[in-house]
Amino acid sequence: MALNVGAVAAPGHARNNKTGSWRVFCPTLDTAKCNKCGTCALICPEVCITLSGEFYSVDYDFCKGCGLCAEECPKDAITMKKEEK
Amino acid sequence: MLQITEGSHAVAEAVKLCRPQVVSAYPITPQTHIVERLAEMVADGDLNGEYICVESEFSALSSCVGASAAGSRVYSATTSQGLAFMAEVVFNAAGMRLPIVMTIANRALGAPLNIWNDQQDSIFLRDSGWMQIYGEDAQEAMDLHFIAYKLAERHDVLLPCFVCLDGFIVSHTFEPVDIPSQKEIDEFLPAFNPLHRLDAKNPMSFGMYATPDCYQEFRYEINAAMIRAKAAYREIAAEFKAKFGRDYTGLVEGYRLEDAETAIVAMGSICGTAKDAIDEMRDAGEKVGLLKIRSFRPFPSEEVRTALKGVKNIAVIEKNISIGSRMLGAVGLEVKDAVYKDSPNIFSYVGGLGGRDIRKRDIKQIVQWAKEGRNDCFFGLREELLK
Repeated sequence: MALNVGAVAAPGHARNNKTGSWRVFCPTLDTAKCNKCGTCALICPEVCITLSGEFYSVDYDFCKGCGLCAEECPKDAITMKKEEK
Repeated sequence: MLQITEGSHAVAEAVKLCRPQVVSAYPITPQTHIVERLAEMVADGDLNGEYICVESEFSALSSCVGASAAGSRVYSATTSQGLAFMAEVVFNAAGMRLPIVMTIANRALGAPLNIWNDQQDSIFLRDSGWMQIYGEDAQEAMDLHFIAYKLAERHDVLLPCFVCLDGFIVSHTFEPVDIPSQKEIDEFLPAFNPLHRLDAKNPMSFGMYATPDCYQEFRYEINAAMIRAKAAYREIAAEFKAKFGRDYTGLVEGYRLEDAETAIVAMGSICGTAKDAIDEMRDAGEKVGLLKIRSFRPFPSEEVRTALKGVKNIAVIEKNISIGSRMLGAVGLEVKDAVYKDSPNIFSYVGGLGGRDIRKRDIKQIVQWAKEGRNDCFFGLREELLK
Protein backbone atom coordinates (compact mmCIF):
# COMPACT_ATOMS: atom_id res chain seq x y z
CA MET A 1 0.00 0.00 0.00
CA ALA A 2 1.07 3.59 -0.44
CA LEU A 3 2.57 5.08 2.70
CA ASN A 4 0.54 7.83 4.28
CA VAL A 5 0.22 9.32 7.72
CA GLY A 6 -1.78 6.99 9.96
CA ALA A 7 -2.12 4.17 7.40
CA VAL A 8 -5.41 5.63 6.18
CA ALA A 9 -7.09 4.09 3.15
CA ALA A 10 -10.42 3.88 1.38
CA PRO A 11 -12.62 0.80 1.98
CA GLY A 12 -11.86 -2.31 -0.07
CA HIS A 13 -8.16 -1.59 0.12
CA ALA A 14 -7.33 -5.07 1.44
CA ARG A 15 -8.20 -6.39 -2.02
CA ASN A 16 -4.73 -5.23 -3.08
CA ASN A 17 -3.14 -7.80 -0.79
CA LYS A 18 -3.02 -10.99 -2.87
CA THR A 19 -3.14 -13.34 0.09
CA GLY A 20 -3.31 -16.31 -2.30
CA SER A 21 0.48 -16.19 -2.31
CA TRP A 22 0.43 -17.68 1.21
CA ARG A 23 -1.20 -20.90 -0.04
CA VAL A 24 0.57 -24.27 0.29
CA PHE A 25 -2.33 -26.62 -0.56
CA CYS A 26 -4.62 -25.81 -3.46
CA PRO A 27 -8.33 -26.80 -3.54
CA THR A 28 -9.19 -28.59 -6.75
CA LEU A 29 -12.77 -29.41 -7.77
CA ASP A 30 -13.82 -32.71 -9.34
CA THR A 31 -16.84 -31.57 -11.39
CA ALA A 32 -17.94 -35.20 -11.84
CA LYS A 33 -18.64 -35.45 -8.08
CA CYS A 34 -19.92 -31.92 -7.46
CA ASN A 35 -23.70 -31.46 -7.07
CA LYS A 36 -23.43 -27.63 -6.80
CA CYS A 37 -24.84 -27.50 -3.25
CA GLY A 38 -22.79 -24.35 -2.53
CA THR A 39 -21.49 -25.48 0.90
CA CYS A 40 -17.93 -24.60 -0.15
CA ALA A 41 -18.93 -21.04 -1.03
CA LEU A 42 -20.85 -20.68 2.24
CA ILE A 43 -18.01 -21.99 4.39
CA CYS A 44 -15.08 -20.20 2.72
CA PRO A 45 -13.71 -17.68 5.28
CA GLU A 46 -12.17 -15.59 2.48
CA VAL A 47 -15.45 -15.50 0.50
CA CYS A 48 -13.38 -16.34 -2.54
CA ILE A 49 -15.53 -19.24 -3.86
CA THR A 50 -18.34 -18.11 -6.14
CA LEU A 51 -20.67 -19.65 -8.69
CA SER A 52 -19.28 -18.64 -12.03
CA GLY A 53 -20.63 -20.24 -15.11
CA GLU A 54 -21.71 -23.83 -14.60
CA PHE A 55 -19.67 -24.66 -11.46
CA TYR A 56 -18.26 -23.03 -8.33
CA SER A 57 -14.76 -21.71 -8.79
CA VAL A 58 -12.04 -20.43 -6.49
CA ASP A 59 -10.36 -17.04 -6.79
CA TYR A 60 -6.76 -18.16 -6.35
CA ASP A 61 -5.61 -14.56 -5.82
CA PHE A 62 -7.15 -14.74 -2.33
CA CYS A 63 -7.56 -18.45 -1.45
CA LYS A 64 -5.09 -19.14 1.39
CA GLY A 65 -5.53 -22.90 1.05
CA CYS A 66 -7.12 -23.41 4.47
CA GLY A 67 -8.94 -26.53 3.25
CA LEU A 68 -12.29 -25.88 4.95
CA CYS A 69 -14.12 -26.27 1.64
CA ALA A 70 -12.57 -29.71 1.07
CA GLU A 71 -13.33 -30.72 4.68
CA GLU A 72 -16.97 -29.65 4.48
CA CYS A 73 -17.83 -30.79 0.95
CA PRO A 74 -20.55 -33.48 1.40
CA LYS A 75 -19.56 -35.11 -1.91
CA ASP A 76 -15.78 -35.08 -1.30
CA ALA A 77 -15.53 -33.29 -4.62
CA ILE A 78 -12.69 -31.01 -3.46
CA THR A 79 -9.17 -32.26 -2.82
CA MET A 80 -6.27 -30.25 -1.46
CA LYS A 81 -3.24 -30.71 -3.66
CA LYS A 82 0.27 -29.61 -2.76
CA GLU A 83 0.94 -26.61 -4.90
CA GLU A 84 3.87 -26.57 -7.32
CA LYS A 85 5.22 -23.04 -7.57
CA MET B 1 -3.83 36.04 38.34
CA LEU B 2 -2.52 33.47 40.80
CA GLN B 3 -5.04 31.11 42.32
CA ILE B 4 -4.47 28.46 44.96
CA THR B 5 -5.41 25.30 43.12
CA GLU B 6 -4.93 21.60 43.48
CA GLY B 7 -2.62 20.19 40.78
CA SER B 8 -5.40 17.99 39.38
CA HIS B 9 -7.80 20.93 39.19
CA ALA B 10 -5.17 23.04 37.45
CA VAL B 11 -4.89 20.28 34.84
CA ALA B 12 -8.68 20.13 34.49
CA GLU B 13 -8.75 23.93 33.98
CA ALA B 14 -6.05 23.61 31.33
CA VAL B 15 -7.99 20.91 29.53
CA LYS B 16 -11.17 22.98 29.62
CA LEU B 17 -9.33 25.94 28.12
CA CYS B 18 -8.14 23.70 25.26
CA ARG B 19 -11.80 23.10 24.33
CA PRO B 20 -11.78 19.31 23.85
CA GLN B 21 -14.88 18.07 22.03
CA VAL B 22 -14.66 14.64 23.61
CA VAL B 23 -13.37 13.63 27.03
CA SER B 24 -13.34 9.91 27.72
CA ALA B 25 -11.77 8.59 30.88
CA TYR B 26 -12.16 6.05 33.64
CA PRO B 27 -11.39 7.23 37.18
CA ILE B 28 -8.34 5.77 38.88
CA THR B 29 -6.26 7.04 41.80
CA PRO B 30 -4.41 9.45 41.68
CA GLN B 31 -5.90 10.74 38.41
CA THR B 32 -9.47 10.85 39.76
CA HIS B 33 -9.68 14.54 40.69
CA ILE B 34 -8.82 15.57 37.13
CA VAL B 35 -11.66 13.66 35.47
CA GLU B 36 -14.09 14.31 38.31
CA ARG B 37 -13.64 18.03 37.80
CA LEU B 38 -13.96 17.70 34.01
CA ALA B 39 -17.18 15.73 34.42
CA GLU B 40 -18.50 18.55 36.63
CA MET B 41 -17.52 21.13 34.04
CA VAL B 42 -19.40 19.26 31.32
CA ALA B 43 -22.44 18.74 33.58
CA ASP B 44 -22.46 22.42 34.54
CA GLY B 45 -22.19 23.51 30.92
CA ASP B 46 -18.78 25.14 31.47
CA LEU B 47 -17.14 22.74 29.04
CA ASN B 48 -18.95 22.38 25.75
CA GLY B 49 -17.88 18.83 24.94
CA GLU B 50 -19.03 15.29 25.39
CA TYR B 51 -17.94 13.37 28.48
CA ILE B 52 -18.08 9.64 27.76
CA CYS B 53 -18.53 7.49 30.87
CA VAL B 54 -16.80 4.28 29.87
CA GLU B 55 -16.53 0.98 31.72
CA SER B 56 -12.76 0.63 31.46
CA GLU B 57 -9.55 2.32 30.40
CA PHE B 58 -9.44 0.16 27.29
CA SER B 59 -12.75 1.69 26.22
CA ALA B 60 -11.66 5.15 27.33
CA LEU B 61 -8.76 5.29 24.94
CA SER B 62 -10.61 3.34 22.23
CA SER B 63 -13.38 5.93 22.17
CA CYS B 64 -10.73 8.66 22.08
CA VAL B 65 -9.23 6.96 19.01
CA GLY B 66 -12.61 6.94 17.28
CA ALA B 67 -13.40 10.52 18.23
CA SER B 68 -9.98 11.76 17.20
CA ALA B 69 -10.23 9.94 13.85
CA ALA B 70 -13.58 11.69 13.37
CA GLY B 71 -11.76 14.99 13.71
CA SER B 72 -12.42 15.96 17.33
CA ARG B 73 -9.93 17.28 19.81
CA VAL B 74 -9.98 14.62 22.50
CA TYR B 75 -8.66 14.16 26.00
CA SER B 76 -8.13 11.35 28.43
CA ALA B 77 -6.27 10.79 31.68
CA THR B 78 -5.13 7.71 33.52
CA THR B 79 -2.31 6.14 35.48
CA SER B 80 -0.65 2.86 36.42
CA GLN B 81 -2.93 -0.19 35.99
CA GLY B 82 -5.29 1.86 33.84
CA LEU B 83 -2.50 2.75 31.46
CA ALA B 84 -1.34 -0.85 31.38
CA PHE B 85 -4.87 -1.91 30.51
CA MET B 86 -4.87 0.62 27.64
CA ALA B 87 -1.54 -0.52 26.29
CA GLU B 88 -2.82 -2.07 23.06
CA VAL B 89 -4.75 1.08 22.17
CA VAL B 90 -1.79 3.24 23.18
CA PHE B 91 0.27 1.73 20.35
CA ASN B 92 -2.66 1.92 17.90
CA ALA B 93 -3.30 5.61 18.61
CA ALA B 94 0.32 6.41 17.80
CA GLY B 95 0.30 4.25 14.66
CA MET B 96 -2.86 5.96 13.43
CA ARG B 97 -1.13 9.28 14.15
CA LEU B 98 -3.98 10.63 16.27
CA PRO B 99 -3.00 13.69 18.31
CA ILE B 100 -4.64 12.62 21.57
CA VAL B 101 -3.42 14.31 24.72
CA MET B 102 -3.56 12.17 27.84
CA THR B 103 -2.51 13.13 31.34
CA ILE B 104 -0.64 10.50 33.32
CA ALA B 105 -0.74 11.04 37.09
CA ASN B 106 2.33 8.86 37.54
CA ARG B 107 1.90 5.89 39.86
CA ALA B 108 3.59 2.57 40.58
CA LEU B 109 2.47 -0.65 38.89
CA GLY B 110 1.41 -3.80 40.73
CA ALA B 111 1.94 -6.33 42.05
CA PRO B 112 2.15 -5.64 44.93
CA LEU B 113 -0.72 -3.19 44.67
CA ASN B 114 0.46 0.33 45.30
CA ILE B 115 -1.35 3.58 44.57
CA TRP B 116 1.55 5.93 45.22
CA ASN B 117 3.95 7.72 42.95
CA ASP B 118 6.79 6.56 40.79
CA GLN B 119 7.21 6.84 37.02
CA GLN B 120 7.13 3.20 36.00
CA ASP B 121 3.78 3.51 34.21
CA SER B 122 4.60 6.08 31.54
CA ILE B 123 8.15 4.82 31.16
CA PHE B 124 7.06 1.30 30.31
CA LEU B 125 5.33 2.77 27.24
CA ARG B 126 8.42 4.66 26.10
CA ASP B 127 8.52 2.71 22.80
CA SER B 128 4.83 3.23 21.94
CA GLY B 129 5.21 6.31 19.73
CA TRP B 130 3.60 8.72 22.22
CA MET B 131 5.49 11.82 23.22
CA GLN B 132 6.14 12.05 26.96
CA ILE B 133 6.65 15.36 28.73
CA TYR B 134 6.98 15.72 32.51
CA GLY B 135 5.84 18.65 34.62
CA GLU B 136 7.64 19.49 37.86
CA ASP B 137 4.82 21.37 39.57
CA ALA B 138 1.16 22.29 39.04
CA GLN B 139 1.95 25.34 36.93
CA GLU B 140 4.23 23.43 34.58
CA ALA B 141 1.88 20.45 34.42
CA MET B 142 -0.91 22.83 33.46
CA ASP B 143 1.06 24.77 30.87
CA LEU B 144 2.43 21.65 29.21
CA HIS B 145 -1.13 20.71 28.20
CA PHE B 146 -1.45 23.83 26.04
CA ILE B 147 1.89 23.08 24.42
CA ALA B 148 1.04 19.37 24.07
CA TYR B 149 -2.12 19.96 22.03
CA LYS B 150 -0.44 22.40 19.72
CA LEU B 151 2.54 20.08 19.28
CA ALA B 152 0.54 16.88 18.79
CA GLU B 153 -1.78 18.45 16.22
CA ARG B 154 0.96 19.91 14.01
CA HIS B 155 0.86 18.16 10.67
CA ASP B 156 4.59 17.51 10.65
CA VAL B 157 4.23 15.73 14.03
CA LEU B 158 0.75 14.18 14.45
CA LEU B 159 1.64 12.02 17.41
CA PRO B 160 -0.24 11.58 20.69
CA CYS B 161 1.26 12.94 23.87
CA PHE B 162 1.41 11.99 27.54
CA VAL B 163 1.60 14.93 29.90
CA CYS B 164 3.02 13.39 33.06
CA LEU B 165 2.82 14.71 36.60
CA ASP B 166 3.77 12.86 39.75
CA GLY B 167 0.74 11.29 41.39
CA PHE B 168 -0.22 12.85 44.75
CA ILE B 169 2.99 14.92 44.92
CA VAL B 170 1.71 17.22 42.15
CA SER B 171 -1.83 15.96 41.54
CA HIS B 172 -3.05 16.35 45.13
CA THR B 173 -1.00 19.33 46.27
CA PHE B 174 -2.39 22.86 46.37
CA GLU B 175 -0.15 25.47 44.82
CA PRO B 176 -0.50 28.99 43.47
CA VAL B 177 -1.16 28.64 39.74
CA ASP B 178 -1.51 31.30 37.06
CA ILE B 179 -4.48 30.22 34.96
CA PRO B 180 -4.61 31.85 31.50
CA SER B 181 -7.83 33.32 30.15
CA GLN B 182 -9.90 31.59 27.48
CA LYS B 183 -9.10 34.42 25.09
CA GLU B 184 -5.36 33.94 25.54
CA ILE B 185 -5.57 30.19 24.96
CA ASP B 186 -7.83 30.64 21.93
CA GLU B 187 -5.17 32.92 20.45
CA PHE B 188 -2.41 30.42 21.22
CA LEU B 189 -4.18 27.19 20.30
CA PRO B 190 -6.23 27.16 17.08
CA ALA B 191 -8.94 24.55 16.45
CA PHE B 192 -7.78 21.05 15.50
CA ASN B 193 -7.36 20.71 11.75
CA PRO B 194 -7.19 16.96 11.06
CA LEU B 195 -5.26 15.59 8.10
CA HIS B 196 -7.78 12.78 7.56
CA ARG B 197 -11.22 12.49 9.05
CA LEU B 198 -13.78 9.73 9.42
CA ASP B 199 -16.73 10.77 7.27
CA ALA B 200 -19.72 8.65 6.24
CA LYS B 201 -19.80 10.37 2.84
CA ASN B 202 -16.17 9.57 2.15
CA PRO B 203 -15.41 6.39 4.11
CA MET B 204 -11.85 5.70 5.28
CA SER B 205 -10.13 3.02 7.31
CA PHE B 206 -7.50 4.11 9.81
CA GLY B 207 -4.50 2.02 10.81
CA MET B 208 -4.85 -0.32 7.86
CA TYR B 209 -3.33 -3.70 7.46
CA ALA B 210 0.31 -3.44 6.40
CA THR B 211 2.11 -6.50 5.07
CA PRO B 212 5.86 -7.14 5.47
CA ASP B 213 6.53 -5.16 2.30
CA CYS B 214 5.55 -1.84 3.94
CA TYR B 215 5.06 -2.19 7.75
CA GLN B 216 8.66 -1.29 8.51
CA GLU B 217 8.33 1.96 6.55
CA PHE B 218 5.32 2.98 8.65
CA ARG B 219 7.39 2.50 11.79
CA TYR B 220 10.21 4.51 10.22
CA GLU B 221 7.78 7.36 9.55
CA ILE B 222 6.48 7.38 13.14
CA ASN B 223 10.03 7.64 14.39
CA ALA B 224 10.82 10.41 11.88
CA ALA B 225 7.79 12.37 13.16
CA MET B 226 9.04 11.89 16.74
CA ILE B 227 12.43 13.31 15.75
CA ARG B 228 10.74 16.30 14.06
CA ALA B 229 8.78 16.86 17.28
CA LYS B 230 11.94 18.14 19.01
CA ALA B 231 12.22 21.26 16.85
CA ALA B 232 8.44 21.63 16.79
CA TYR B 233 8.35 21.53 20.60
CA ARG B 234 11.01 24.24 20.89
CA GLU B 235 9.14 26.48 18.45
CA ILE B 236 5.81 26.09 20.23
CA ALA B 237 7.30 26.52 23.69
CA ALA B 238 9.05 29.69 22.48
CA GLU B 239 5.69 30.98 21.26
CA PHE B 240 4.22 30.09 24.66
CA LYS B 241 7.01 31.96 26.43
CA ALA B 242 6.49 35.05 24.28
CA LYS B 243 2.79 35.06 25.10
CA PHE B 244 2.68 33.91 28.72
CA GLY B 245 6.20 34.63 29.98
CA ARG B 246 6.81 31.16 31.35
CA ASP B 247 9.81 29.39 29.87
CA TYR B 248 9.61 25.72 28.91
CA THR B 249 11.62 26.13 25.71
CA GLY B 250 14.17 23.46 26.61
CA LEU B 251 13.47 19.76 26.25
CA VAL B 252 15.89 19.73 29.19
CA GLU B 253 16.56 22.45 31.74
CA GLY B 254 19.77 23.02 33.65
CA TYR B 255 19.96 24.32 37.20
CA ARG B 256 23.33 25.62 38.52
CA LEU B 257 25.17 23.44 36.02
CA GLU B 258 27.81 26.08 35.22
CA ASP B 259 31.20 24.73 36.45
CA ALA B 260 29.40 21.75 38.05
CA GLU B 261 31.56 18.67 38.57
CA THR B 262 28.67 16.47 39.60
CA ALA B 263 25.21 16.60 38.07
CA ILE B 264 21.93 15.08 39.13
CA VAL B 265 19.60 14.11 36.31
CA ALA B 266 15.90 13.75 37.16
CA MET B 267 12.35 14.07 35.85
CA GLY B 268 9.23 15.47 37.46
CA SER B 269 8.58 16.77 40.95
CA ILE B 270 11.81 15.49 42.50
CA CYS B 271 13.58 18.27 40.59
CA GLY B 272 12.20 20.75 43.14
CA THR B 273 13.71 18.89 46.08
CA ALA B 274 16.93 18.44 44.11
CA LYS B 275 17.20 22.21 43.55
CA ASP B 276 16.91 22.84 47.31
CA ALA B 277 19.52 20.17 48.04
CA ILE B 278 21.81 21.65 45.38
CA ASP B 279 21.48 25.14 46.87
CA GLU B 280 22.59 23.79 50.25
CA MET B 281 25.46 21.83 48.71
CA ARG B 282 26.54 24.87 46.69
CA ASP B 283 26.54 26.94 49.91
CA ALA B 284 28.87 24.30 51.35
CA GLY B 285 31.18 24.76 48.35
CA GLU B 286 30.24 21.68 46.34
CA LYS B 287 30.16 22.09 42.58
CA VAL B 288 26.89 20.38 41.87
CA GLY B 289 23.94 21.04 39.54
CA LEU B 290 20.76 19.53 38.15
CA LEU B 291 19.66 18.58 34.67
CA LYS B 292 15.89 18.25 34.51
CA ILE B 293 14.58 16.10 31.67
CA ARG B 294 11.32 17.65 30.53
CA SER B 295 10.83 15.49 27.45
CA PHE B 296 11.56 11.78 27.76
CA ARG B 297 10.04 11.10 24.32
CA PRO B 298 11.43 12.42 22.08
CA PHE B 299 14.62 12.00 24.11
CA PRO B 300 16.78 15.09 23.66
CA SER B 301 20.19 13.40 23.45
CA GLU B 302 22.03 16.38 21.92
CA GLU B 303 20.71 18.77 24.56
CA VAL B 304 21.64 16.34 27.33
CA ARG B 305 25.17 16.02 25.99
CA THR B 306 25.60 19.78 25.59
CA ALA B 307 24.19 20.51 29.04
CA LEU B 308 26.42 17.93 30.72
CA LYS B 309 29.61 18.88 28.86
CA GLY B 310 32.50 19.05 31.33
CA VAL B 311 30.61 17.32 34.15
CA LYS B 312 32.69 14.54 35.73
CA ASN B 313 30.03 12.57 37.58
CA ILE B 314 26.38 12.08 36.70
CA ALA B 315 23.79 10.63 39.09
CA VAL B 316 20.46 9.77 37.47
CA ILE B 317 17.54 9.55 39.89
CA GLU B 318 15.31 6.77 38.63
CA LYS B 319 11.70 6.49 39.76
CA ASN B 320 11.50 3.36 37.67
CA ILE B 321 13.38 0.12 37.26
CA SER B 322 14.03 -1.60 33.97
CA ILE B 323 14.07 -5.02 35.52
CA GLY B 324 16.91 -7.14 34.22
CA SER B 325 18.84 -4.22 32.78
CA ARG B 326 22.38 -3.96 34.14
CA MET B 327 22.04 -0.22 34.66
CA LEU B 328 18.67 -0.63 36.44
CA GLY B 329 17.07 2.63 35.30
CA ALA B 330 15.48 3.47 31.93
CA VAL B 331 16.43 7.15 32.09
CA GLY B 332 20.08 6.40 32.87
CA LEU B 333 20.38 4.21 29.81
CA GLU B 334 19.33 7.12 27.61
CA VAL B 335 21.54 9.63 29.40
CA LYS B 336 24.52 7.29 29.17
CA ASP B 337 23.92 6.88 25.46
CA ALA B 338 23.83 10.68 25.08
CA VAL B 339 27.10 11.38 26.91
CA TYR B 340 29.21 8.26 26.37
CA LYS B 341 31.67 9.98 24.00
CA ASP B 342 32.55 12.43 26.77
CA SER B 343 33.19 9.53 29.17
CA PRO B 344 31.89 10.94 32.47
CA ASN B 345 31.10 8.59 35.34
CA ILE B 346 27.40 7.96 35.08
CA PHE B 347 25.19 5.95 37.39
CA SER B 348 21.51 5.13 37.80
CA TYR B 349 20.24 5.32 41.37
CA VAL B 350 16.80 3.78 41.74
CA GLY B 351 14.53 5.04 44.50
CA GLY B 352 11.29 6.64 45.51
CA LEU B 353 9.44 3.63 44.15
CA GLY B 354 5.83 3.15 45.16
CA GLY B 355 5.68 6.56 46.82
CA ARG B 356 8.69 6.37 49.14
CA ASP B 357 9.76 9.93 49.83
CA ILE B 358 13.05 11.10 48.41
CA ARG B 359 14.50 13.63 50.81
CA LYS B 360 17.22 16.24 50.47
CA ARG B 361 19.58 13.99 52.41
CA ASP B 362 18.95 11.17 49.92
CA ILE B 363 19.93 13.48 47.09
CA LYS B 364 23.06 14.58 48.93
CA GLN B 365 23.96 10.94 49.49
CA ILE B 366 23.49 10.17 45.79
CA VAL B 367 25.80 13.04 44.87
CA GLN B 368 28.38 11.63 47.27
CA TRP B 369 27.99 8.15 45.75
CA ALA B 370 28.48 9.46 42.22
CA LYS B 371 31.65 11.27 43.30
CA GLU B 372 32.93 8.06 44.87
CA GLY B 373 32.03 6.09 41.73
CA ARG B 374 29.50 3.89 43.47
CA ASN B 375 27.89 1.71 40.85
CA ASP B 376 24.24 1.68 39.76
CA CYS B 377 22.09 0.67 42.72
CA PHE B 378 18.97 1.35 44.77
CA PHE B 379 18.97 4.12 47.34
CA GLY B 380 16.85 4.33 50.47
CA LEU B 381 16.64 0.55 50.67
CA ARG B 382 15.45 -0.82 54.00
CA GLU B 383 18.16 -3.44 54.36
CA GLU B 384 16.44 -4.91 57.43
CA LEU B 385 13.57 -6.11 55.24
CA LEU B 386 15.84 -7.94 52.82
CA LYS B 387 16.85 -11.53 53.36
